[in-house]
Amino acid sequence: MDRNTRITSLRMEHITKRFPGVLASDDISLSVGDGEVLALVGENGAGKTTLMNILMGLYQQDEGKIFINGQEMRFHSPNDAFAAGLGMVHQQYMLVPNMTVTENIALGYKKAWTAWKLNLQMVRERIIEISETYGLAVDPDAYVWQLSVGEQQRVELVKTLCLGARFLILDEPTSALTPQETDELIVLLKRMTNDLSIIFISHKLQEVSELSDRVTILRHGAVVFNGNTNEHSSAEIAALMTGREIIMPENTDTSCAAQKALEIGHVNALSDRGYLALNDLNLTVHGGEIVGLAGVSGNGQRELAEVINGLRRVEKGTITFFGNDITNKTPKVIIKAGMGYIPEERNTEGIVPPFSIKENFILKDADAKQFTKGIFQDKTAIAENAAKLRTEFDIRCPSTDVAAGTLSGGNIQKVILAREITRRPKFLVAVYPIRGLDLGAAQFIHEQLLAKRKEGLGILLISEELDEILALSDRIAVIFKGHIQQVLQRSEADSRKLGMLMAGV
Amino acid sequence: MTNQFKFLYKTCIVLLAVLATMAMGAVILLAIGAPVLKTYAVIVFDPLKNIGLISEVLIRTIPLTIIALGIAVAYRSGIINIGAEGQMAMGILATTAVALALPDLPKPLLLPLVLIAGIAGGALWGAIPGLLKAKLQVSELLSTVMLNYIAEQFYTFCLRKPFLDPAEMTTGSGTPQSMRLTKNIWLTRFVSGTRLHTGIFIAIGFAIVIYLLLWKTPFGYKMRAAGSCERAARYGGINVAKYLVIAMVLSGGFAGLAGAVEICGVHHRAIQGITGGYGFSAIVVALFGGLHPAGIIPAAFFFGLLLVGGNMTQNAVGVPANMVQVLQGVIILVIVATQMILSNTYLMERIWRKTHKEASS
Repeated sequence: MDRNTRITSLRMEHITKRFPGVLASDDISLSVGDGEVLALVGENGAGKTTLMNILMGLYQQDEGKIFINGQEMRFHSPNDAFAAGLGMVHQQYMLVPNMTVTENIALGYKKAWTAWKLNLQMVRERIIEISETYGLAVDPDAYVWQLSVGEQQRVELVKTLCLGARFLILDEPTSALTPQETDELIVLLKRMTNDLSIIFISHKLQEVSELSDRVTILRHGAVVFNGNTNEHSSAEIAALMTGREIIMPENTDTSCAAQKALEIGHVNALSDRGYLALNDLNLTVHGGEIVGLAGVSGNGQRELAEVINGLRRVEKGTITFFGNDITNKTPKVIIKAGMGYIPEERNTEGIVPPFSIKENFILKDADAKQFTKGIFQDKTAIAENAAKLRTEFDIRCPSTDVAAGTLSGGNIQKVILAREITRRPKFLVAVYPIRGLDLGAAQFIHEQLLAKRKEGLGILLISEELDEILALSDRIAVIFKGHIQQVLQRSEADSRKLGMLMAGV
Repeated sequence: MTNQFKFLYKTCIVLLAVLATMAMGAVILLAIGAPVLKTYAVIVFDPLKNIGLISEVLIRTIPLTIIALGIAVAYRSGIINIGAEGQMAMGILATTAVALALPDLPKPLLLPLVLIAGIAGGALWGAIPGLLKAKLQVSELLSTVMLNYIAEQFYTFCLRKPFLDPAEMTTGSGTPQSMRLTKNIWLTRFVSGTRLHTGIFIAIGFAIVIYLLLWKTPFGYKMRAAGSCERAARYGGINVAKYLVIAMVLSGGFAGLAGAVEICGVHHRAIQGITGGYGFSAIVVALFGGLHPAGIIPAAFFFGLLLVGGNMTQNAVGVPANMVQVLQGVIILVIVATQMILSNTYLMERIWRKTHKEASS
């Protein structure tokens, strides 16, 4: 097939894929027509990503066929899929952390490679061109490890476009974007359907109805629904997806704010790259209140969470926790003082991946009396604790002896949440607690946060999802370039107003 | 997938690995004109022919086990100790110094004292790269190797000057070695007619201690957490730098202990070349043993077997011991590859499906 032929139809027929002990794809068929947008919807673990990885040649199906423009294709590697014009933005970014954005994109940019020389300048110009055309701000010279998750996602989008994809597969493309960016992206993607077709995986039903022409719903690896988007309401789709009705909880109580819990005064801190990430930041959170921190990722959220938890140096200013100064104290001291923390990086920071689930539950309490017997660990108590939390938090795993790193994102998040809130902290910092989770898991986590608030726990909720912030917060602080722009009561806030503040207007 | 198939699959892989090793070794042996099968028989079976030879294998198993335990502790805590050679040398020096200074102490006092001195000597030498890494982020690969050189030279210096046997001075032969150390530090040789000494119980005892420490105590839990995922450990309030230094102190201490046991059990004096590459072989032993005491002991025995077998080929079939070292290298590479293949469940799945399909069609 010619490199520039337009892809007018793509069909996957009767795709079946087995992993050891799991049927990941069960006789799945779907098709996408010319300029069409297909939403692929389903809960975590429903098999959406596996299916797309098969389409991209990362896995090979055990049974079934793939057709492009009516011609059967056999992809042995992602290169075959690229050559056929397919481009995918993965949910977990496929970027090399210690290379710059330009170098990362150059990795797959064949035109820039000659026998003796890699033409980085050419790649750089192409990146700037693409990012200007589509309004995707990326710094071509930044190292990937320095970028926030949201920024990395933008790099992935630019990369796929740079490599000349003629058919786009997006795995939860908007999970890290602000509402404005999401709107812009939807407009952009709609415009792009003049030139190409798109499959996108999403949990957000609003996007599904705004962007897609057709929707395919997967549950437990099989297709349960296939139809035109405009003929079905979001609620119908949600019910089909989970097999039950989902109502996201909301914070409707009047404020029950008590004493001052966390006071951050005039704090400055540096980012990994050495620039000022927090600039004279002031914020107070009380017990029994949820303060939502809204902002575009990369505006100091990560640094703020780390500074509070003693994982990053405070250059100037003070942090007071229930009247005690915890500025630049060690994480151990801060944990002892009653701080709970759900970190942004759940896979590498929130858990020790090779450790079993039950071992991860005691990450902060290895020395605690209830888990030790003399100088030894009390294995019975540890196992009992794990069994209890597993049922209480509905963690889906073969047993609590399996490595936590093998769990799905939603279940890892439940492990972290279970550990953090059952330690009875006096305060909780929750960073992107439902990122990438399906509706069922997100609902559960929100309910838990609201229940803890009722018990008098102060919560700092850091999120980019305005729906999440508006649903849960008592007060909303907007962060922009490391400074709190404004703190609003929930009643004064709406997504338009927040969006403006987040953009620095 | 049936259990029968799994067993068959694993057996086949191991057999293939053995065949691959022998085939590669055969090329080398044919190149030097040695009888292939006979050489193999000598290496693997001759050292097990009688009790005297088995005891020689065990004597080599002892230091390999002790050092490998220390390397496993460091590795599990996220630091790769390739400085065991130097740490062992420093342990020997400390042991010798104490034994020379206090020759008249009674055995129940002196023997523990020299062993502790050996541990302290190695621990001190191990603490240096630990501190350098914790405080200044100096790579341990660099610092441990460099400290090996320093220890080696310091060791030679001590044997030539302060510790030199007065008898050597009078006869003037000048062999760099200490005088024979007091009998009060000798470990008992408990099988008559062999050199097998009670150090074997020290090795087994410490293997149990390390198992308990790493997997049964909160202390070991935190060490392993720091080694598995530094970021998560820091998040969990674990002082990663502290555990790094402790791990290196323990690791060095074990290497030093191995040196002390060699002196007290085998040589009874400090001579040149005692360390003899044990510090490096033990790294392979530790990895081959899965960084777990239960695996390290058999792995150390296997390497002890190769060491003794290698010495025997010279006389038996005229293959120089150096050639056996080449064979050892091949064996190590095949073992590492085999372990990777065995842990690849996807490959097993694929082969099962292929053979299964053929059978059903």
